[in-house]
Amino acid sequence: MIEFKNLHKKFGKLVVLDGLDLEISKGGIFAILGPNGSGKTTLIKCLLGMVIPNKGEINFDKKSVLRQWAYRNNLNYLPQIANFPPNLTVIELINMVKNLRPKASNSEDLIELFGLKSFLDKKLGNLSGGTKQKVNIVLTFMFDSDLIVLDEPTNGLDPIALIHLKEIIQKEKEKGKTILITTHIMSFVDEVADEIVFLLDGKIYFKGTVDALKKQTNNDNLEHAIANLIAKQYA
Amino acid sequence: MLKILKYSFYDLMRSRWSYVYFMFYLLLGFVLLFLNNDVDKAVITLMNIIIVLTPLIGTIFGVMYYYNSKEFTELLLAQPINRNKIFMGQYLGISISLTLSLVLGLGIPFVLYGIFKSAAIFNFSLLLVVGAFLNFIFVALSYNIALSTENKIKGFGYAILMWLFLAVIYDGIFLISLVVFNSYPLDKFSLIATMFNPIDLSRILILLKLDISALLGYTGAVFRKFFGTNFGMLISMGVLVLWVVLPVLRMNLKLRKKDF
Repeated sequence: MIEFKNLHKKFGKLVVLDGLDLEISKGGIFAILGPNGSGKTTLIKCLLGMVIPNKGEINFDKKSVLRQWAYRNNLNYLPQIANFPPNLTVIELINMVKNLRPKASNSEDLIELFGLKSFLDKKLGNLSGGTKQKVNIVLTFMFDSDLIVLDEPTNGLDPIALIHLKEIIQKEKEKGKTILITTHIMSFVDEVADEIVFLLDGKIYFKGTVDALKKQTNNDNLEHAIANLIAKQYA
Repeated sequence: MLKILKYSFYDLMRSRWSYVYFMFYLLLGFVLLFLNNDVDKAVITLMNIIIVLTPLIGTIFGVMYYYNSKEFTELLLAQPINRNKIFMGQYLGISISLTLSLVLGLGIPFVLYGIFKSAAIFNFSLLLVVGAFLNFIFVALSYNIALSTENKIKGFGYAILMWLFLAVIYDGIFLISLVVFNSYPLDKFSLIATMFNPIDLSRILILLKLDISALLGYTGAVFRKFFGTNFGMLISMGVLVLWVVLPVLRMNLKLRKKDF
């Protein structure tokens, strides 16, 4: 479904992606992991067209995405920091995003699920970080798209919201969606992810199932298995 | 693009600062007209204020809006919209809402005073047109600076410096060069130098329309000869349009390579 071919990206002198090749097939939950600054967010932003790679190709459904924008209609993205125009109310923002995307949406159930009903007429500037993240999640999941990209989705969520988030992710997976997640919370990865993509030095260092990773590193605990991979970099 | 424009516009129209700006012009208009009781004098005083203030407010609003809505812009960038359209929509939203504050804020007191019956209506409309141009020009310039500067504080600093340079320092250099080279013919030089600064260009455009160019002495005569004609007026309006178009073009070029 998604192909990255020989992707290079430099910010000034800092090489972030260094000839990265990755193929992600349709369906399933993929966790993109790696130490801080390994290029996870850059990789995602390249896919979204927010960062323009120096070299390489990105294909989405066999079509190149570089300099295109229409393909994003089939993609939902949850950004890392949810910061919205402070003067808009929650419902206005939701309606605005609906208005911007020419496709059917279902926000009522999600608003109900995350208990946002009483916040709908509040201005976004007055919401707490966790509530903003809930709004962010509603905006992401209210459209029916084949690809869902989540950048640190658990940020600031309370335990109930977290449970709901996991349920939604599972539901979307059952519908045959492809879901990309970056996170630093390993228990979350252990629980939801089918496959792990581990980035190191701007390349794919490991790609495979959670069990394969545990086996390869001789470690039953995912957190330690990942730490093991990162430690090799420091050695 | 129209959708983005609409939302940026509503967003700004609801912020406190748009109202402060609007109230300021409203108050200024009333005070000048009803205390002064002379439309022509009021227009001159307004010109002096507009020519310095609109660029400053345009610059500050432009930079502030860009940096404050950065994360939101990222949300928009992930939607199926062309990125040029996102930024053009924001740019037009800011410029139009500022222009509306200016036109309504000054328009209401002048209409109440009876500008439509007065001969000063043309001078007054020219003032508003020039003010609108200055808004569009300085929002575009500040957006360019903000797009090229990742650091918020630096971007803000550069934008203010740009305003300071065009509003104050440029005139200083201009005057000094007139004094230093006063044994040379300077009419062409001063004409061209005026074109390179939208603030100066606007000021001279209005001054000449107000028929007080006698104050300007010999150079005034040169300017009068140039700007006073329809041709000169057309050229200067054309240059003001260029001052909008060129920064907007650069914005679009910059966006093709920009990472967010």
